[in-house]
Amino acid sequence: MPTLTMLNATLDVDAEGFLQKPEQWNEEIAAEIARANGIPALTEGHWKVIRFMRNRFLQAGSAPSVRTLGKESGVDTKELYRLFPNGPAKLAAKIGGIPKPRGCI
Amino acid sequence: MKRILILGGGTAGTVMANRLARVYRGDIAARRIAITVVDHDDQHVYQPGLLFVPFGIYQPEEIVRPRSGQLAEGVTYVSAAIDRVNVDRDAVLLVDGRALPYDVLIIATGVRIAPEETEGLTGEGWRSKIFDFYTLEGAAALHRAFEAFTGGRVVINPVDMPIKCPVAPLEFAFLADWYFTQRGLRDRVTLTYVTPLDAAFTKPMAAKTLGHLLEDKGIELVTEFATGRVDGALGKLVSWDDREVDFDLLVTIPLHSGEDFVSRSEGLGDDLRFVITDPRTLQAQRRANIFALGDATNLPASKAGSVAHFQAEVLTENIRQFLNGESLEPGFDGHSNCFVETGFKKALLIDFNYEVEPLPGKFPLPVVGPMALLKESRLNHAGKMFFRWIYWNVLLPGHDIPGIRPQMTMRGKQPAATDAEAAAA
Repeated sequence: MPTLTMLNATLDVDAEGFLQKPEQWNEEIAAEIARANGIPALTEGHWKVIRFMRNRFLQAGSAPSVRTLGKESGVDTKELYRLFPNGPAKLAAKIGGIPKPRGCI
Repeated sequence: MKRILILGGGTAGTVMANRLARVYRGDIAARRIAITVVDHDDQHVYQPGLLFVPFGIYQPEEIVRPRSGQLAEGVTYVSAAIDRVNVDRDAVLLVDGRALPYDVLIIATGVRIAPEETEGLTGEGWRSKIFDFYTLEGAAALHRAFEAFTGGRVVINPVDMPIKCPVAPLEFAFLADWYFTQRGLRDRVTLTYVTPLDAAFTKPMAAKTLGHLLEDKGIELVTEFATGRVDGALGKLVSWDDREVDFDLLVTIPLHSGEDFVSRSEGLGDDLRFVITDPRTLQAQRRANIFALGDATNLPASKAGSVAHFQAEVLTENIRQFLNGESLEPGFDGHSNCFVETGFKKALLIDFNYEVEPLPGKFPLPVVGPMALLKESRLNHAGKMFFRWIYWNVLLPGHDIPGIRPQMTMRGKQPAATDAEAAAA
């Protein structure tokens, strides 16, 4: 498994830089991943989505879709795309330190 | 007497009832155990067959049998709609006002499609140029539309995840390529696969070995498309970030949801009405005497018949342990096993679990197989077509399938490439 060194921590990641072990994540790492992906500063809106995403993943074992984020995270869908351009489900998962949303094959 | 109440008489509920009926044959005869199955209609659909109906390979009536006829002797069948579960009173309330008390409740009510959840999907064009194939009516209507189709843009769009039989939309695209080729229309039809995920094949080994399939078949791909609304009059899919895909005929796989009674039963399910379930023991989080299996759970396993079958074997043992006052076995590993049609009488076979992605190799035995994993073959297609017989005669009656255990095995599988290799491919 490839690793990534960030803020003096060694992180297990996949080929696209998604953390494979959510427990290696912390909020400083989130901010660093966000900066590397074109989001200079995380706002309260970003954090709402990221926390919802992580909680759902840790509870159910899979990441919520854009629709669920829009309905349940407290941030509506239009705003989601403004906060996380080019795909909120994927980018919020990356910043939230959970694996990429995937199908079964 | 201990009452085991099973909600749902589909694949999961039927296999579960029949396995328990065998384990408790003597107890049922002696009235120490009673097994009851509840469902709202008496139509058991062989759901893998729905994929073939639009292409005229199966007729709708060939894939339906009565639910009650699939249940073993000694199992009581109740035809009724479910209002809710009263967890504190250990009873299920039916819409007709009756209450069914239970000692053990097993929820196997599956999922339904919820096209009404997407703006415009059931509006103008629904079932005239917008079709689902996850219902008998939708698949039959799509068959009629395909027969009359002379050319244009066919778009296949899973609206959201999770869906049941997650590979079915891809299989549909492959079969559509075959179907229009057979009819001499392929050059007048564009096929576009529009997915909310970032690729058609998202697992590293599958992406590496199968990534070429869409391109080989001339199927266009649109990724990370979260469908916001559908305009049937103009023939447009519109995403939340305002991208558009035009269609003449839309094959939609609508949002999936659990059954409504789940949301009326406090604390049982999540926002999509999937029952919150322990991934290993299959016990519901809500109460110790409630269990769930099949498509009705919120587990990150595939929503597929094979999963329900493997879960039923694990859960039968856990129900027995529970009734004996023993602790539960964390026996379910997310095992799933599916044939994937790729068109022109070929298919793939995939076998995987919570941790292990679909890998190449041989199945069920190393080297000799005879099935090839993650690779197209005619034998896999023959297996897929023969499976209908296995379903009614081996799987539903609750027999084990020889050589296949509920837990996945690495025997015959070739280990995954590293992520770096997969990325380089």
